[in-house]
Amino acid sequence: MLNYTLRRLMFTIPTLLLISFIIFLILDLAPNDPTGNLPLTIPPEVREKIRQSLGLDAPMYIRYLLWSQQFFINEPLNLLNQWFGWCIGDCEGRLRVSSWATRSPVVDLIAERMPQTLWVVGMSYVVGILIAVPIGVISAYKQYSWFDQIGTFIAMIGFSVPTFFTGVLLIVIFSVWVPNDSFFWLPSIYDTTLEVVDWDSFMLQVRQMIMPVMVLGLFNAAQISRFMRASMLDNLSQDYVRTARAKGLKEKTVLLVHVLRNSMIPVVTVIALGIPQIFGGAIITEQIFKVNGLGQLLIIGIQGADIPLVQTLTFLFAVLIVLFNLIADVLYGLLDPRIRYE
Amino acid sequence: MSNAEIADDRKFRSLWGDVWVQFRSHKGAMLGMIVFGLILFGVTLGPYIWTTDPQYLDIRAKNTSTILNCFLTGEQIFQCFSDPTSIKYYDPNAEELVRVKLSWAYPLGTDQLGRDQLAQLLQGGRVSMAVGMAAMLLSLVLGTVAGVIAGYFRRLDGPLMRLTDLFLALPLLPLLLVIIMLFRDTLRGMFGPETGIFLLIVFVIGITSWMQTARIVRGDVLALKEREFILAAHSIGTPAKRVISRHILPNILSPIMVSATLGIAAAIITESALSFLGLGFPSDFPTWGRLLFDGTTYISQSPSRVIWPGLAISLTVLSVNFIGDGLRDALDPRIRGR
Repeated sequence: MLNYTLRRLMFTIPTLLLISFIIFLILDLAPNDPTGNLPLTIPPEVREKIRQSLGLDAPMYIRYLLWSQQFFINEPLNLLNQWFGWCIGDCEGRLRVSSWATRSPVVDLIAERMPQTLWVVGMSYVVGILIAVPIGVISAYKQYSWFDQIGTFIAMIGFSVPTFFTGVLLIVIFSVWVPNDSFFWLPSIYDTTLEVVDWDSFMLQVRQMIMPVMVLGLFNAAQISRFMRASMLDNLSQDYVRTARAKGLKEKTVLLVHVLRNSMIPVVTVIALGIPQIFGGAIITEQIFKVNGLGQLLIIGIQGADIPLVQTLTFLFAVLIVLFNLIADVLYGLLDPRIRYE
Repeated sequence: MSNAEIADDRKFRSLWGDVWVQFRSHKGAMLGMIVFGLILFGVTLGPYIWTTDPQYLDIRAKNTSTILNCFLTGEQIFQCFSDPTSIKYYDPNAEELVRVKLSWAYPLGTDQLGRDQLAQLLQGGRVSMAVGMAAMLLSLVLGTVAGVIAGYFRRLDGPLMRLTDLFLALPLLPLLLVIIMLFRDTLRGMFGPETGIFLLIVFVIGITSWMQTARIVRGDVLALKEREFILAAHSIGTPAKRVISRHILPNILSPIMVSATLGIAAAIITESALSFLGLGFPSDFPTWGRLLFDGTTYISQSPSRVIWPGLAISLTVLSVNFIGDGLRDALDPRIRGR
């Protein structure tokens, strides 16, 4: 198993390098000019100086290698320095990937935005799983009952209605129609400056998280509950379930210990595979509720033609996808003793 | 009774007849087909029936409410039919009687520039549907070609599947946004503002959504290749091109049809998401996603502006998904006929 994991890890390095190169190529082949957003009153020679200061006069492969050096070597070293105080090489004058718009290092910007995204996205995923697993179990156990029919229908709605509509619909209901002073009124804008210090501010935090978390959570729950149901159905008809019942075990034990544990194996991998997609989906949710997380940072970067920021963020999303694919495969091997990778 | 007589008792059945019988028994799929048919009918023929120009600015009638609001204002329901413009209702926030702007000329109301929402919704549906269909066709063609080649020619299997894996590892939504942002102006210059952005969006959605189809098709082709009738075709000297077109393609039609329906849904959602993030079609060339995006600014004044386009997107995607579900059951010979 360890051998397999190591081999897969080795294989991810060229994949990630290739992906980073493709992203760089797309951004570089684009015909537009990064200084195009600057005021027209800037004279051409100054504009040329600005281009040089951004390093745009160097050939493409040099810029790619520079970015790779800054991202793969300098940034990790800098993180070590910040977290543990270890200083390797030149700690002060090290070149870092910096945003064109704000002139601050991109990684610092990302670190600033990360907690908000993780809170909203993480919570929504947890809520989604907590809703999905019981629904999947009951729908499979009572197959074709009214509960199952309604569950199937709601799940179909859940992954057909896009999050940008459910989000806006919730805003219309809970922020516009419900009167301001009502208990059910919820804020439509996520306030990141809120600090949780006492019970009141904690309640405010909970209230402002309800809508974004529910929007993403319902979308996730719809997908996971379908997988849970299918996986439970696969296991319920197996021989070991009949054996367990024949031994005289209680139905609760059969269902929750024997069947549920085995059905969770494929569901866990599906959950792991879904995490990177959630970050992508969060781009839209963050835009609706004005959460200043990673998704909003990406949109700002795209609108401002901030190439280093966009490139680093896109690459980070790619790293997430590759990493969670690997985690899903390894988890599958660890959980299911029938699967042995050689 | 001989065997011939038993056979005579049965009605003549064709493959597609069986599929249709199975499909009809799926209630959700039938309902989905009716709803999708109605929406398709509405967006294709609707602009000929409701002939208001979606771009006409009737600035005096700006911010007209939906006529449905008239029926919510209270006891004056009959007046809604005769003269809705004079209706007043009690506003609890302002604590006085206020007049609402209502008119039968604009059943779904108007936007902040006085453009008719119903006409915009119909026009926007045309664009959304066209994008969905075109992008689905492109991704279907790409996916089928890649899948058939990878499954049929062993030497190309490895490279093509690695390419598929690579595409699956790319973060698609960020990349779509980046590509559209970067190439938008160039294509607008080349093909005009509307055709350029249409081509760009169809192209980027098409080339980023073919991977699932390719994988499914490859799997099916690999299984088919080992069957006797392919061997027979090979042994009488049929060239590869004709084996694929005559023997393989007709047999993988069902997974292709299922992924076609799912592809339309995915493409419509992606296009709306792009428009919603402000990187899709321009505001004067409405799509459902764009109308929803423009409506969010005025959400507290007129919530109906976001509800109608959102409902249109959701109903279309829901009905297409149900059709796909029914089609999958109907085309699966293990389920069909039970």
